Amino acid sequence: MKRFASIAFGTATALFLQGCAGWQSALDPKGPAASELAWLIWFFAGLCAVVWVLVMIALAMPLMMRPREPAEPLVLDAGADNRKLRVVMTAVGLTAVILIGLTLLSFFANRTLAAIGSDAALTIRVTGHQWWWEVRYEDATPSRILTTANEIHIPAGEPVRLLLTSTDVIHSFWVPSLSGKLDLIPGHMNVLDIKADKPGVYRGQCAEFCGAQHANMGTFIIAEPRAKFDAWWNDQLQPAAAPMSGEAKAGEDLFLNRPCVMCHKIGGTPAGGTVAPDLTHVASRQTLAAGTLTMSRGNLAAWIADPQGVKPGSHMPVVDLSGDELNAIVAYLEGLK
Amino acid sequence: MRPAVVMLLLAGLALAACQREERDTRPQSALGSGEQPTPVTTLEPGGQRPSPSDNKAASFEANAFHLSEGKRLFGWFNCSGCHANGGGGMGPALMDEKWIYGSSMESIHATIRDGRPNGMPSFRDMIPDDQIWELAAFVRSLSGNAPSAAAPSRDDDMMAHPSENRMPNAATLGKSP
Ligand code: HEC
Ligand code: HEC
Ligand SMILES: [Cu+2]
Repeated sequence: MKRFASIAFGTATALFLQGCAGWQSALDPKGPAASELAWLIWFFAGLCAVVWVLVMIALAMPLMMRPREPAEPLVLDAGADNRKLRVVMTAVGLTAVILIGLTLLSFFANRTLAAIGSDAALTIRVTGHQWWWEVRYEDATPSRILTTANEIHIPAGEPVRLLLTSTDVIHSFWVPSLSGKLDLIPGHMNVLDIKADKPGVYRGQCAEFCGAQHANMGTFIIAEPRAKFDAWWNDQLQPAAAPMSGEAKAGEDLFLNRPCVMCHKIGGTPAGGTVAPDLTHVASRQTLAAGTLTMSRGNLAAWIADPQGVKPGSHMPVVDLSGDELNAIVAYLEGLK
Repeated sequence: MRPAVVMLLLAGLALAACQREERDTRPQSALGSGEQPTPVTTLEPGGQRPSPSDNKAASFEANAFHLSEGKRLFGWFNCSGCHANGGGGMGPALMDEKWIYGSSMESIHATIRDGRPNGMPSFRDMIPDDQIWELAAFVRSLSGNAPSAAAPSRDDDMMAHPSENRMPNAATLGKSP
């Protein structure tokens, strides 16, 4: 029993510490905002731990000591009273200093966070939907405006400005390795500046309960060197790849004559729905359905055949397709790199 | 003994509140195909033909989840482009008591699925059958034909008309009983 308990405790601790590293952790910062916050977290936690230990010691001391009987109970001891008053006043004074100090620290940290994106050259509009993210790259040239979903490519080492809003309920954008979280509110625009120091993939998660599939509303920030990022943007601006095989051609026709076309957009085809993720380059993404499945032919088929099994309650309905029709549509989408 | 029984009864009552409406998000072919012939007109030689009914009609009509899904899809599929928010535009008003093709779930389902000659497009292959039923249920709620306990309530955006669960029944509105 004891052995089991210690193994369980060991495993739990190991699992717990696991959560402190990796692509989604506030304690493993990969950008200036997250570093600032991580430093703040550790400093607050450390200082509060010290205060807690001191308070516990102060509590324990009188409990352990035997009360001293004064020799003459009726005689007032002005010296002892003064000492007590001084101890209490010192404690109150120290508390005030610590609280004011922490407030100042968080104030200056906030100023640092706010300054990160003041010279951001890139603005990205992130719109929350139940349960996926619409991502729109702003540009002064209208033909360079780009809409995609769930994956946010950014140039590494450069500040980026995110404009956050929502079309349905309140969501919250949180990529712990890069920054703190900020809400996406319908009818309101919030501004979040982020910067990734090094190239890498950082996972984010909706952090405000938004309905049945809140837990499956993930996002990915993919930081790349500037040249690679520019190349990615130019690729994404191209219309969808033309179907290469007969099967894929059949898939395109099916897509355009079935419910898919009512909700989804595929650039370069008549499909122009805006209520669901843009599929123009769907196969170039790493995941499906906001991080729920990894991108593969099998998972594409699984999702289209039964979105309500993969993500129950999701706003994509089950569409009645025969096996051949499903294969054709998957063959088509798989080619949309 | 007695207090324990009372406590048990109270707990039972409290648990009853946990009952939640079932949300059927997968198509239920068991209920019916949605392919039954629906009369385009009620004018039949020799009197009115009994309207065929579909099991789905009954299960979608008073279900709060399906009604609210129908409301979302009404906007998503741009029904409002022709019918406005029910008040009518290029297409007829859907919140009044006048029905060109009948007010039953089955008739509205047939209208959306097959279209109607004077400009209502057919959505047969464009909307999955269950979603057509959801739209039909929602269209009925626009004229106060859905139970107020199930019809959608307050919108989050600007409201074009009172919420569906407060819509008066258009057929009896302004008429003394
Ligand atoms: C009623 C609108 C609707 C219809 C019809 C519809 N979808 Fe979707 N689809 C969605 C929504 C909403 C999502 C996002 C779901 C989520 O992640 O929660 C989605 C997600 C997807 C995705 C994943 C995209 C990504 O980047 O994660 C694919 C692929 C897809 N749909 C393909 C199809 C195909 C193929 C059809 C036709 C058989 C279809 N959809 C019909 C609404 C729809
Ligand atoms: C292109 C415009 C257009 C669109 C889009 C459209 N409708 Fe219609 N609708 C019409 C017209 C026009 C009529 C009248 C048809 C007639 O009288 O034959 C009509 C009739 C109807 C009727 C029958 C009303 C009655 O009095 O019997 C219903 C119900 C209806 N539409 C629902 C819908 C729904 C639900 C949608 C969305 C899926 C939709 N419509 C989309 C134009 C449209
Ligand atoms: Cu959420």
